[in-house]
Amino acid sequence: MKELAVNALDAAVRRGISYADVRFIETEDRHVSTKNGKIGELSNSVSVGLGIRVLDRGSWGFAATDNLTADGIETAAKLAVEIARASAVAKKQDVTLAPEGKYEVQWTSPVRVDPFSVPVDQNLALLYSVDLELRRNPGVTLAEAGMMFTRNRQIFASSLGSLIDQTRYTSGAGFAAHSFRNGEIQKRSYPNSFGGQHQLKGYELVEELKLLENAPRVAEEAVALHSADQCPEGRFDLILDSSQLGLQIHESIGHPIELDRVLGTEANYAGMSFLTLDKLNKLQYASEIVNVVCDARLEHGPGLGTFAFDDEGVPAHSTDIIRDGHFVGYMTSRETAAAVGEKRSNGTMRADGWARIPLIRMTNVSLKPGAQTHEEVFGADHGIYMETNKSWSIDDKRYNFQFGCEIGWEIKNGKRVRMLKNPSYSGITTEFWNSCAAIAGPEHWTLWGTPNCGKGQPEQVMGTGHGASPARFRNIKIGSAYAG
Amino acid sequence: MPVSNVRETPLLTQKRAEEIFTAAAAAARALGVRDVEVLTGAGANALTRFANNTIHQNVAERSGYLSVRALVDGRTARASTNRLDLEGIRHAVEQAVTVAKLQAPDPELLPLAESASYADTPRHFARTAALTPGDRAKAVKEAIAAVEAAAQTAAGIYATGESVLAILNTNGVSAYHAETMAVFSITALAKDSSGWAKKSSCDAGDLNPLEIAEAAALKAANSRGPAEIAPGRYTVVLEPSAVLDLVGQISGDFSATALRDERSFLTGRLGAKLFGENISVYDDVYHARQSGSPFDGEGVPRQRVALVENGVVRNVVYSRQAAAHAGAKPTGHGFPVPNEYGEAPANIVIAGGESSVEQMIASTERGVLVTRLWYIREVDPYQKIMTGMTRDGTFLIEKGKLTRGLKNFRFNQNLIELLSNVEELSPVSRASGEEMFDMVVPAMKVRDFNFTEVTRF
Repeated sequence: MKELAVNALDAAVRRGISYADVRFIETEDRHVSTKNGKIGELSNSVSVGLGIRVLDRGSWGFAATDNLTADGIETAAKLAVEIARASAVAKKQDVTLAPEGKYEVQWTSPVRVDPFSVPVDQNLALLYSVDLELRRNPGVTLAEAGMMFTRNRQIFASSLGSLIDQTRYTSGAGFAAHSFRNGEIQKRSYPNSFGGQHQLKGYELVEELKLLENAPRVAEEAVALHSADQCPEGRFDLILDSSQLGLQIHESIGHPIELDRVLGTEANYAGMSFLTLDKLNKLQYASEIVNVVCDARLEHGPGLGTFAFDDEGVPAHSTDIIRDGHFVGYMTSRETAAAVGEKRSNGTMRADGWARIPLIRMTNVSLKPGAQTHEEVFGADHGIYMETNKSWSIDDKRYNFQFGCEIGWEIKNGKRVRMLKNPSYSGITTEFWNSCAAIAGPEHWTLWGTPNCGKGQPEQVMGTGHGASPARFRNIKIGSAYAG
Repeated sequence: MPVSNVRETPLLTQKRAEEIFTAAAAAARALGVRDVEVLTGAGANALTRFANNTIHQNVAERSGYLSVRALVDGRTARASTNRLDLEGIRHAVEQAVTVAKLQAPDPELLPLAESASYADTPRHFARTAALTPGDRAKAVKEAIAAVEAAAQTAAGIYATGESVLAILNTNGVSAYHAETMAVFSITALAKDSSGWAKKSSCDAGDLNPLEIAEAAALKAANSRGPAEIAPGRYTVVLEPSAVLDLVGQISGDFSATALRDERSFLTGRLGAKLFGENISVYDDVYHARQSGSPFDGEGVPRQRVALVENGVVRNVVYSRQAAAHAGAKPTGHGFPVPNEYGEAPANIVIAGGESSVEQMIASTERGVLVTRLWYIREVDPYQKIMTGMTRDGTFLIEKGKLTRGLKNFRFNQNLIELLSNVEELSPVSRASGEEMFDMVVPAMKVRDFNFTEVTRF
């Protein structure tokens, strides 16, 4: 593999370009799922190919191929250069890159149990058991369970002299119980929506999740929602579980800090950001108890955004984003770092496979644990607690958001007093984060995986990580999704 | 649209697809397995992306794939690869057979689909496949110049490419479809406003990037200095892209498997008059403005299906498995097996009317014109309440005229109610958005549309 990557790099460099990098990638996926006692999906896939990125005449070109013969590689290198030269026809200024070092590294993410060593019939046996347990509750009308595994080996070679051989294993698993009754569909997912929990782990993740043990409770909640009261409309203190808070971080902090959005290169699709450059080090993003980092290092945890090097050969970084409530950092690439006068990229460029060009993507954007106990977080006189995302939407500059959750509870004097169905909340990003009144401590902190983050044209889907503990927010608008 | 006379492309010829199938079938036979289905294809796609009035990303990819399904004594599994040499094919077959054998037999699993004939849908245009990076850069440069001339900043894409899909099985299915596609979209950004336009076609000759750019720039210019008005119920004129991205969200519910799973909003409502008399919806791959193959994921020929006629929910679509369960005939909308979702319409056509967008505006005393919607998500699956935002060209209509730009709204809208409140429809066009696949839809004038919040821009 290394030889192919180096040959592809040579084929580009030989054409007199100013910079080139090659990513040679081999990916293996397994998806196994069940639905109401039958197989839902059962597939294995393998994909091998390489992408060549060149900078020539001040413009980018990129070509990808799965034809790994000498001819195929030459053709792709030639096309990448031809594309860069065509791009130069409509350029305003030359692309410049922040400096970066040269690395020769081999790295494999830690795995206790290689997920591909576990036979498919063992995967299915667990999923069928969960399915059976869910449907033991007669109110459950649809039971879904699934697991997915990926092994991704990437050889990165660049004209700076880097040669980085990186292998990442990711695993995901979860289930959902749906209940249809009297013109109403309710659903509960475990341990999260979006197919459950996803981390940079092996099969040990599936074992840790205790899927079967949680199935009866989850089924019971799905059915009980039909009899619950509708979530009221109004302003209340809001308490979020850590998985919903993870998605709140993703949408209202993670995306707006992408420097490519800020600089306008995503304007036509994913959108821009309210975090214009003048706000750096000036904006009170959140209340002073809020601290957020973007951290791809293994010591942050086994997140979907954990790696040794990003896809342009920059080592994993930890960057402060919000410090004591103040906005202090963006996610950058070599190009955008140079554009705003930063000395170095903070290593967030990632691509969805060999056929796509790297973009700035969230690594693990996490809310640091707070100083409050769980009891203090839930210690509202009167509030609403929401758990597990059901719907999510935010405007293209990341100001106005609305989230729906699968289940809620009314909280009085720190105690759950009644279950609520169809809970939702909405707000403006900075107002919401400035209302943060309590964050639970590290013992309640979970690093969640979001496997389905879309960005770019052609669209790329990326897995991101978000750590959070449950937190309380004051005076939040609740229930507008069903208003009017 | 000129008719293509290209039936196949060197990207993956019918002969090569047959060779891949023959190799897969032989590999399966060597393992004692007779029943094999092969889904193979290839793509060569390029995309020129621009922002801040310059090309900042320019990419091309060429790839092929093979997905093999083995059927072994009432058990089935799928394995995929992009390694199309003999070893890669053999490995995929071995994976599919091995995994299939690890399951318990499913008495409801159907044998492979049987051979069928397909209507001709010539959608491959040589001139589109032949477009070069230089051709795209030239068109982009002209589009940027038009936006710059309006003292605005342009961002967008020009994508062109070709693709092939072939399905063959040991029961005689042999289906092949080649298609080209061109997409141009652009956002024009002014100081405090923006405008957007997008078009797609199998034939790049149908697209005029300069005209599309000028349309976006005009929207940005006309919506400058946006006002904030209170959220509430408004009459709206939804341009075709907004109709596609919002109303198109009902399409997945017209699935027999979704009904069986009781996750469709049509559960218990088949045959009911759910929408206004002026609403008719079809799935029709053969419509002249549609794209896509004339067969489904098992090689079953696609049928034209009347989903809604004059407001009455008439039919849903069926895969072979769903049809067998319901005692119906398959309609050619199944996904590759095995899968959780069964089937879905793929070529939606919403019947249009006679009003132009200009006439809809002229007949509106006070309302809102919506160019585009964004980040649309389902709030309630049975009431079919959707939320999302307006974006890139939201205007106030007063006394029959567009009077000014508006700050963007969040909506929470019940789609059953929306389709009961449609007052006027335009003739149809092929619409392209960002939330749903392309469809053929009209613009719609809708009363009592539910805006619930306003954002900051």
